[in-house]
Amino acid sequence: MTNSETGLKERQFKIVGTRPLRPDGIDKVTGRARFGADMAAPGMLVGKILRSPHAHARIRSIDATKALVLPGVKAVVTHEDFAEVGADLQDVLENVMAQDKALYDGHAVAAVAAISAGVARKALRLIEVDYEILPHVTDVEAAMAAEAPVLHDDIVTSGVEPAPKTPSNVVHRHEFGHGDVAEGLAQADVVIEHDFKTAATHQGYIEPHACVGSVGPDGQGELWCCTQGHFWVRNTCAALLGMDVSHLRVTASEIGGGFGGKTTVFIDPVALALSRKAGRPVKIVMSREEVFRASGPTSSTAMTVKIGVRRDGRITAGEAVLKFQGGAFAGSPVDLGAMTAFACYDLEHVKTVAYDVVTNRPKQAAYRAPGAPMAAFAVESVIDELASKIGMDPIELRLKNAVENGSQSSYGPKFGPVGLVETLVAAREHEHYTAPLGANQGRGIASGFWFNFGGQTCVSLNINADGSVALAVGTPDIGGSRASMGQMAAEELGIGYDKVRTIVADTASLGYNDISEGSRVTFSTGLATIQAARDAIGKLCGRAAQTWGISPDAVVWEDGYARPAGANAGEFPPLSLAEIAETAAKTGGPIAGHCEVNAAGAGVSFATHLVDAEVDPETGRAKILRYTVVQDAGKAIHPSYVEGQYQGGAVQGVGWALNEEYIYGEDGRLQNPSFLDYRIPVASDLPMIDTVIVEVPNPGHPYGVRGVGETSIVPPLAAIANAVSAAAGVRLTELPMSPPRVLRGIDEAAANGKA
Amino acid sequence: MTAIAVAATINGEATSFLCEAEETLLDALRDRLGLTGAKEGCGTGDCGACSVVLDGRLVCSCLVLGAEAEGREVETIEGMALGDHLHPLQQKFLDHAALQCGVCTPGFLVAAKALLDQNPSPTEEEVRFGLAGNLCRCTGYDKIVRAVMDAAESMRDGR
Repeated sequence: MTNSETGLKERQFKIVGTRPLRPDGIDKVTGRARFGADMAAPGMLVGKILRSPHAHARIRSIDATKALVLPGVKAVVTHEDFAEVGADLQDVLENVMAQDKALYDGHAVAAVAAISAGVARKALRLIEVDYEILPHVTDVEAAMAAEAPVLHDDIVTSGVEPAPKTPSNVVHRHEFGHGDVAEGLAQADVVIEHDFKTAATHQGYIEPHACVGSVGPDGQGELWCCTQGHFWVRNTCAALLGMDVSHLRVTASEIGGGFGGKTTVFIDPVALALSRKAGRPVKIVMSREEVFRASGPTSSTAMTVKIGVRRDGRITAGEAVLKFQGGAFAGSPVDLGAMTAFACYDLEHVKTVAYDVVTNRPKQAAYRAPGAPMAAFAVESVIDELASKIGMDPIELRLKNAVENGSQSSYGPKFGPVGLVETLVAAREHEHYTAPLGANQGRGIASGFWFNFGGQTCVSLNINADGSVALAVGTPDIGGSRASMGQMAAEELGIGYDKVRTIVADTASLGYNDISEGSRVTFSTGLATIQAARDAIGKLCGRAAQTWGISPDAVVWEDGYARPAGANAGEFPPLSLAEIAETAAKTGGPIAGHCEVNAAGAGVSFATHLVDAEVDPETGRAKILRYTVVQDAGKAIHPSYVEGQYQGGAVQGVGWALNEEYIYGEDGRLQNPSFLDYRIPVASDLPMIDTVIVEVPNPGHPYGVRGVGETSIVPPLAAIANAVSAAAGVRLTELPMSPPRVLRGIDEAAANGKA
Repeated sequence: MTAIAVAATINGEATSFLCEAEETLLDALRDRLGLTGAKEGCGTGDCGACSVVLDGRLVCSCLVLGAEAEGREVETIEGMALGDHLHPLQQKFLDHAALQCGVCTPGFLVAAKALLDQNPSPTEEEVRFGLAGNLCRCTGYDKIVRAVMDAAESMRDGR
């Protein structure tokens, strides 16, 4: 039987779709699991980084003489200790270690390795940096102003006509869309336009960045670190240190959260450079303050959205102008925001304009569906208001405009089979949608989209002589992916889940693997695992054929057994995987399956969130009362970890919507670099997070998998803003909706009402 | 600087170690004794990843000096399972998939055990407030709360 829409065979799964225990589970509940900071090496030194206290300053000189004579200090490094790199890595290098200018509060300017943390800290105070303090700018719109202090002399805005001749903080202007927005808006019965702002937020992973780096006198290096992508770390560190890639082996530790924030390097090249100079291994662990000041939070934004709708609910046009600051270097996720802004809707006329802006803040790193949550916040807020203006149910309005198989996306390609309509229908049918609300309570709904990625992937599946299987993957496991890989391997091989052990191999043991990002792991490493299992099955069948003296073509693999087929059917007793493995030494040696692939066909995914909020009119505090996530997973391999992604994304969205915010002072310094003052949600802030897994199979994956990790954070900002706005009785357009901001909104609305 | 000699009972065993005067209990456990189950997520008592029990009281070990452990009893995540027999909380965290990255998990388990030792029948709200000093960024707490409630029930039923 074949699913008519997707062409995928409807397969009865035995292991996929069940909820087995994860292979790393026991280690993680007993404290045995080794994370970044849990590694020690013989003779290890402690590395510490000196950071700029200024938001913007020219570095006239760095004098480490006094630090170097302090007993116990073994090495000091500055920008000069790194190699010259190509244009593609110039920003990464400058962010790792400032060259001529410190570009933000917390920017690394020098580093020291010493025999203890105490000596290293003392040494940092002895390094003399002569700064010429420069004017700074941390706000996105202020940075775009003509009189703003300019960070880089070599950034001249691209994408505008006529081409400017002077440098600016605006890196580029990009435009996406199709049709004619003016014409579309002219057809509308109602047009609503609003300005929106969102604060920069941090991924907030609980494990600070940590690594142990070692470079021996022979130039051979080893690195242990917590990262989402150790192959990328290897290539980048090798380039920054001027080493051959093969001379550096990187092992990924267990990773204590990433959410995009561990897709780049901050301390790893520094540890290696210190080690090379000191001749001993060097461990660097960031403090939480360093994580906030000097890792990669996401953008703060200013956005304007204008949408027109007819009374029958058809959206006639949508337009968005997005301005994102991405910190001190080019590359904010504004283009992704612009591409995703209207991706839920089938529009004849749509235009999004994206401005990438630099400011004196840390260089942004990816944060879960980079750029999409902010854009969705703006667009879905306006959609919500339009629904109310024309008196239409907000789900009905979305259904009237939702993209389906064959729809032209707002960012270019045509969609294949997609599940937005299914999530909207499931949300409408959910008991939550019609549950009664009390006083000062409001219900919000919003939908969201994320592309999902595939990418370079290499796995190795080794059949052991006892019939057990070792599966080596190259994508660090952030949220239970080893369990899912084990399930897919066992499913394909027809053996028990407990017969497969999945590990994350080091960079010397597999071909290149792209980073665990873009919700790509279950899709692409899963696809590669299935292909590697099929490769191994081919070899297992060959060995069986050899044993039976028949053609390999005359052997089939069923439920973990090689069976003679065709004319030979029933001729020989079937051979199990374990039986074939046991005699492998006599039939040709080890049996292994491999797959190297640049995975295409990642299926996009959509979600719809429902949330109830209550606002205290006295204090302006908003509380989340109820939350339901509905999202398309394509096929949920391990439903518990799919639910976990849905719940985690929603709750990160709660923090972003209500509390979290990078606060800079007039001096350009970060005012709240701690979990006390940058408050992420805690258990007592929240209700249970209900989940509904919708499965519209992705034809690009053998089992129909779509990535699930990122889409879950796209709708919450908007859904919560819609709920809080409904509860407060006023449209809130700025995040976070902290109590003072909500109260101001209520007071202003009351004042306007009286006037 | 002279190191301080400390004698304490750690996970039921008499243990002695040297530490500097300014060294935290967390650093002493991790760097001196190899007990790396407790994690430093913040170093300021805001995240609970370093939770241990000191003389029966739940503390953030990043806010306690190593020298303060002198003569006292410290319980860490490493002492929670008896050999290969997991504590019900550990088993329920696995059963409910109550961890994703797992870095906050030791702190949550230590804090949850301290909670259930005091209150064997907590309501959902009591669990949520009891664990409000522990940050988890992956799970949204849903499965953690369910695992603790379920563990409490199975412990009441006689393990």
